[in-house]
Amino acid sequence: MNTSPNPPRLTSRVFAVAASALLFGSAVACAPPEKDNSNAQTESGVNAAEATSAGDFGGMEGLVEAAKAEGELNVIALPPDWANYGAIIKAFSDKYGIKVNSAQPDASSQDEINAANQQKGRSSAPDVFDLGQSVALANTAMFAPYKVETFDDIPAAFKDADGTWVNDYGGYMSIGFDSSKVPPVTSVDDLLKPEYQGKVALNGDPTQAGAAFSGVLMVALSQGGSADDIAPGVEFFRKLKEAGNFLPVDPTPATIESGQTPVVIDWNYTNSAETKKLPSWTVLVPPENPVAGYYYQAINKDAPHPAAARLWQEFLYSDEGQNLFAQGGVRPVRADNMLADGTLDPAVAAALPVVDGPVTVPTPQQTEAASKYLAENWAAAVG
Amino acid sequence: MSLARRLRDSLPLLPFLTVVVIFLIIPTATVVVGSVYTDGVFSLDRIEALFTGTALSALLDSVLLSGATALLGAVFGAVMAWLIVSSPSTSMVRRAVLSLCSVLAQFGGVALAFAFLATVGLNGVLTLWVQQVFGFNLAGSGWLYSLSGLILVYTYFQIPLMVIVFVPALEGLREQWREAAVSLGASTWAYWREVAIPLLTPAFLGSALLLFANAFAAYATAAALVSQGSPILPLLIRASLVSEVVLGQAGFAYALALEMIVVVAVVMAAYNLLVRRSSRWLS
Repeated sequence: MNTSPNPPRLTSRVFAVAASALLFGSAVACAPPEKDNSNAQTESGVNAAEATSAGDFGGMEGLVEAAKAEGELNVIALPPDWANYGAIIKAFSDKYGIKVNSAQPDASSQDEINAANQQKGRSSAPDVFDLGQSVALANTAMFAPYKVETFDDIPAAFKDADGTWVNDYGGYMSIGFDSSKVPPVTSVDDLLKPEYQGKVALNGDPTQAGAAFSGVLMVALSQGGSADDIAPGVEFFRKLKEAGNFLPVDPTPATIESGQTPVVIDWNYTNSAETKKLPSWTVLVPPENPVAGYYYQAINKDAPHPAAARLWQEFLYSDEGQNLFAQGGVRPVRADNMLADGTLDPAVAAALPVVDGPVTVPTPQQTEAASKYLAENWAAAVG
Repeated sequence: MSLARRLRDSLPLLPFLTVVVIFLIIPTATVVVGSVYTDGVFSLDRIEALFTGTALSALLDSVLLSGATALLGAVFGAVMAWLIVSSPSTSMVRRAVLSLCSVLAQFGGVALAFAFLATVGLNGVLTLWVQQVFGFNLAGSGWLYSLSGLILVYTYFQIPLMVIVFVPALEGLREQWREAAVSLGASTWAYWREVAIPLLTPAFLGSALLLFANAFAAYATAAALVSQGSPILPLLIRASLVSEVVLGQAGFAYALALEMIVVVAVVMAAYNLLVRRSSRWLS
């Protein structure tokens, strides 16, 4: 008879806590031998890891050749139904015959940086990043500057002058709702009505997820707040919670399609992606106070496939890549210039949300101040 | 015994020792070091941060959650274990219930959380049905997504775990002891009060502590159920690690992990003491 029953669950849990601590401490605890990429040269004698433009490879043919020789590209945190990344990855892979390894599609921006640090020097480390604003600007030391061929076509406000990072696409904060289950939402204030009892979800916790942060900002603007004053947004969610309308479930395609989250505050492009699967899913960008956000594209300076990483950038900012982004409901960074010279697919351009008047994009300083306010007040408001 | 002989005798344990060092000792040391060293400089800032509002309330809620589910699980689990032991050991029902408990004790995580969401969540099947038929809102204002919901969901796997760990203690109660007590004129009540309960108390408390530690370190279930705020310690650690809004909190996660290790170490030490007491007579 087993007189002192073993606690298998407990030990595994303790191990899990300890192991996860090990994971993020592994850089200290057992640093793997670092592979030095800085001298890795292609056959033609190009130092791919330090190339700052296709010219360093002797033109696009040289870059394509070097990338094909590497044969693989590691991307991270790119959900297939987010900004059309599924199709973009497939198109890139088919066009150049390069295998794309897509790791942790649902990871956060911070996870991307964590992964790059933990796997530094290994062939599985991410080659390229697609990051939210605060994480991108806090980690520019990890990026390799690179100017794509269309660099001059990208408005100056959306890129670092050296090409350390470049905005790839953006979108507007929106309210998505299932028109077969709830009455149509016409403004943020509607959400307080009793018809939305237990139905309004936010995509994540705004102290953790960038999308949720922008969602609270959008609500704040509609309540008389500003990018400098997010407090009215928190106050609105407190009222929403009090009215019993706030649904503290993290929405996913599964919860939306199964009807667990009938109203979701999220980027317009993630909401639009749902419409393709659930036709009654309607997307509203509140017309009075739109909040826009752009994502930041960058190359990992320790990329295990430096040439493929650069070719990926060329592809994303080419007409083809930008049109693919646009098909995913996002606004590609070159949209204005491409509309002007007619290279943006007209059918796609027509489907992009039209927003008149000023658009709010918080500056890094405003984001930081608002984050601080949220860290102190959010949990108390909705907890 | 010579040193060489002792070393040779312990050789078979070497692989296990390696695993323990890699997966327990090194991470624990990393956590301890990481919580007091910031960029190579000794500092108690991170430890101090443990005593601020958010961290303290997370600790309190974690202890409350673990304590409540340990108590509920221990009481209901013990009663159920007693019912199981009362039936003959050849009984089909008994074997079936025990097997079921082994399965349910491991049925945590995302699957369990989703099962509750889809049943009694705000838009759950049962909630909608009850609303339609009785006009009563089962989900209220979303209690399932807060501490009370976590207590319910955790209790779901705590009770079967209690059954598994408590049945051996009940089986260790020998029939002769009851017969001896009865032959000395004890009533059933007197037997329980004077003999069985004092004998079972250490095992009961020990099992309750085990349940406490089990709930304290559980993560996946809570992560799937609670997406707003980080009411308990494991969720606060996640927030510190992955937040893309509030950056540079990874060091704080070390300190929180250290805090959890300390709490679990205290609980396990108490558990060991109690198990030692009960094993004296159980064997």
